[in-house]
Amino acid sequence: MPKDNGIGAATTRREDIRFLTGEGQYTDDINLTGQAHAVFARSDVANGVIKSIDTTAAMDMPGVLAVFTGEDFTEVGGNPAGWLINSRDGEPMKEPKRPVLAHGKVRHVGDAYAAVIAETKQQARDAVEALEVEIEELPAVIDMASAIGGGELVHDEIETNVCFDWGWIEDNRAATDEAIKNAPHVTTLELVNNRLVPNAMEPRASTADYNPGTDEYTLYTTSQNPHLTRLLISAFVLGIPENKLRVVAPDVGGGFGSKIYHYGEEALVLAAAKKLKRPVKWTASRTEAFLTDAHGRDHVTKIELACEKDGTFIAFRTETMANVGAYLSNFSTATPTFLHGTLMAGNYTVPNVYVNVKAVFTNTAPVDAYRGAGRPEATYSIERVIDMAARELGMDPIELRRKNFIKPDQYPFASAAGLEYDSGNYDAQMDKLEAMIDRDGFAARRAESEKNGKLRGLGVNAYIEACGIAPSNLVGVLGSRVGLYDAATVRVNATGNLSVMVGAHSHGQGHETAFPQVVADMLGIEAESIDIVHGDTAKIPFGMGTYGSRSLAVCGSAVVRATEKIIAKAKKIAAHMLEASDGDIELKDGQFSVAGTDKSVSFGEVALKAYIPHQFPIEDIEPGLEETAFYDPANFTYPSGAYACEVEVDPQTGKVTVDRFAAADDFGNIINPMIVTGQVHGGLAQGIGQALVENTTYDENGQLLSASYMDYCMPRADDLPFYQVDHSDGTPCTHNPLGVKGCGEAGAIGSPPTIINAVVDALQSGGHDVAHVDMPLTPSRVWTAMQG
Amino acid sequence: MYEFEMTRPTTIADAAKALGDEDAQALGGGQTLIPTLKQRLAMPSALVSLGAIPEMKGVCMSDAGEVCVGGATPHAVVAAEATAYPGLAGLAAHIGDPAVRNRGTVGGSLANNDPSACYPAAALASGATIVTNTREIAADDYFQGMFSTALEDGEIITEVRFPVPEVSHYEKFVQPASRFALVGVMVAKFADGVRVAVTGASEDGVYRWTEAEAALSASFSADALADLAVSGDGMISDLHGSGDYRAHLVKVMTGRAVAKAA
Repeated sequence: MPKDNGIGAATTRREDIRFLTGEGQYTDDINLTGQAHAVFARSDVANGVIKSIDTTAAMDMPGVLAVFTGEDFTEVGGNPAGWLINSRDGEPMKEPKRPVLAHGKVRHVGDAYAAVIAETKQQARDAVEALEVEIEELPAVIDMASAIGGGELVHDEIETNVCFDWGWIEDNRAATDEAIKNAPHVTTLELVNNRLVPNAMEPRASTADYNPGTDEYTLYTTSQNPHLTRLLISAFVLGIPENKLRVVAPDVGGGFGSKIYHYGEEALVLAAAKKLKRPVKWTASRTEAFLTDAHGRDHVTKIELACEKDGTFIAFRTETMANVGAYLSNFSTATPTFLHGTLMAGNYTVPNVYVNVKAVFTNTAPVDAYRGAGRPEATYSIERVIDMAARELGMDPIELRRKNFIKPDQYPFASAAGLEYDSGNYDAQMDKLEAMIDRDGFAARRAESEKNGKLRGLGVNAYIEACGIAPSNLVGVLGSRVGLYDAATVRVNATGNLSVMVGAHSHGQGHETAFPQVVADMLGIEAESIDIVHGDTAKIPFGMGTYGSRSLAVCGSAVVRATEKIIAKAKKIAAHMLEASDGDIELKDGQFSVAGTDKSVSFGEVALKAYIPHQFPIEDIEPGLEETAFYDPANFTYPSGAYACEVEVDPQTGKVTVDRFAAADDFGNIINPMIVTGQVHGGLAQGIGQALVENTTYDENGQLLSASYMDYCMPRADDLPFYQVDHSDGTPCTHNPLGVKGCGEAGAIGSPPTIINAVVDALQSGGHDVAHVDMPLTPSRVWTAMQG
Repeated sequence: MYEFEMTRPTTIADAAKALGDEDAQALGGGQTLIPTLKQRLAMPSALVSLGAIPEMKGVCMSDAGEVCVGGATPHAVVAAEATAYPGLAGLAAHIGDPAVRNRGTVGGSLANNDPSACYPAAALASGATIVTNTREIAADDYFQGMFSTALEDGEIITEVRFPVPEVSHYEKFVQPASRFALVGVMVAKFADGVRVAVTGASEDGVYRWTEAEAALSASFSADALADLAVSGDGMISDLHGSGDYRAHLVKVMTGRAVAKAA
């Protein structure tokens, strides 16, 4: 087995060489002969009636080739929601049409109502300013509670701002209410899960090419899932047959969820390319990214935890308002429901869970899945209210958690929120965590901080999430309109090297390094001879892409299945070559040998024979060595972890400094520990960013106040501590062939409550009666909370 | 950006002449102006770069013992070369990030007079002289409210002369996103008294906190501030902090500046 580059090897990421030397090929790097440029006219009011758009002057501007308005797309379909949610009363959710360009009304600042195509971007921009547009501004719907109450509507045709009013599990509602009513102790917490702008380093971009000779389109676009984008454009929006549309997602500079979705700009450049018979390119400015990328989070929640006097949990009950923004983005209805409500039992044996979520339309950018997608919101609510309950009960917050943890002998465990957890060991993680953070040394460190005029707090957190989405049968029952399998094709070339075509898309995850490690390990060959092909519907099998920490658990499993087929066929070929029976062939270290003999052929010789099938039993074995597998998981995977941090608060300014952070994660088996560590580091940075600095603020008129890096704070290196990360000794997933669970989002899920718990602990140690502070804990907010 | 003409004169006289044209705009290090142009929030017909004028660059000492900084001198050069005035060098060393410090200039910062910029606090606390192509302006007369100065149209800051205090320090509490000063306080102790200039806080831009100056002139210690109160009235209130918070920080940062003054 190639230990240096097989499963478990900390191989450096081969893709980094091109990224770090500037040789990556991103969508904006692709320039096609004769390309024209699209620039969008975007609303500067949050809610308004489009009275008129006069394009005459714009059309006369130099270089202008075409102007599109919403009028041009009334005959095509809307961009759909991918998941049907039914309200508690059984009514299906409200689904207003999301058009390519706004028509009739604009519904958020940044909503595109027209586009100009010109020879140059500068000319298109000039012409956008020459559009004569009359928009009658209406009062904006911003605050969710007010939006639910009625008044101004985001969508007139649906007569409410409530998309759905969902209960999970509705049959548990009465029992949960009763349990809370009779409980000896109930802790109640109202909190806000702050809205976040995804801020991928690469803004969205799309370039469309149309071939009039063949009636074929190619769309180069910043996507995490090219097949899904093609499906949405073909089946729902423009109706271009899938076999006439190729979608290419080349190198993509970060997505964090925001590039899962199909956006109107993609449809616009395709339509424009056909009309002009020229390639048409659009690249978002950073301002457009702030205004129009699907934002994340934005929940307002009331959570109650009922428990016995000894801390035994009896029930969790939550009421959440989830902002979906002005339009339903593709997974916006799944995120606050099945990716959130199903996790509301946490790591605990709590018998009663009930979750109510009202999804609310507002005149803001659409909100959808963002690193963690629903699970961070669940974890934040649960782990904050547990910490608060520990204070109220006078219990140690770690002991309170341990008391209610699911124990290792209880798996498979049916949670009260409807999931079946397959494996885990939360006490072991907590043991490890306490050592990592040096809990015993905390008192001394606190004393030292106090000597320096600072308040020190210790915060802990336990999380569980559901990854590896998802069993198609299950999600189909729950309302998903797509299947959530993935696919891989393993092609052994005649000279013995391999191309592995995968449905997952790598935009920071390191697939090009990790997936070959799996194949190399199985075949006993060097990973360097294996390349991953992804991101092009013309090259890869129909997979569902990358999000929800699913790539390895789902697509990696498809790679395993396809490689198993390769091995089975290769053994037949080897058996023929060695004049033995298939059943006697063994594969070890890249050699096929006849058991108990010294007769063997190498993997390379078998590959060559497959493609030069002289003296080949073509009646029994087809030539070639290429296999495809689709993999549909049997269950979600359940990564879990225990996190702890220590913070220092400067009581004079309210500034929070994260002094140490420890993360003990269980991701099941690990393919490449270095990549996993990197994923955790990135997730922690994002979660700490949400907890301390990132905030998306609309004013009452719907203007985005934090629309640039002057006001929207991203975490920087000096905001972050050196992390202690440990993901060894995981409990393997029991239902996928690699035993892997997924690691991409964990850090962003587990870290926000850890930070807030620590800050509250610090403030309380200083005698401040602060039970909770909403994120982000900016110096100003912390200082204000301390003033009482 | 909209289209514009760009010139790079090599003498102050040529720059002044070029700026005589209507709609011409001086370009210092461009750290504010270029982003503004990219957002199409300004449309000058011509940009006159001040970056190619040798006589406007560098740091030297005057016969009167002042640190003299050419108007087109980048922050990084001040940080490295204004060793005679450590408080000033320290302030320059913490403006923005390395890219900003290698491009942004003292003249550009003072001409723009952003209410959250650092250099106005240095100039005001030092009692600096702002030298232009036509006259000399005392810092006390120069700053006239946020983004407003005594400069006439087309007037160029050629040099800034900083008297060197006995001890000084600039203490900045950064706005987390932009890392401009949410509140920045420059304390400068001269033989004849203490000057305290506050940036980032007031709706009127940089100002002298005269009560603190009196208290610190009597006793140069953070404790001397104990009985002073700062009102939140007239303070900037925004996403990053209320007026009351800024008022509170003014006192905290002043105390820290005094404690660190060297």
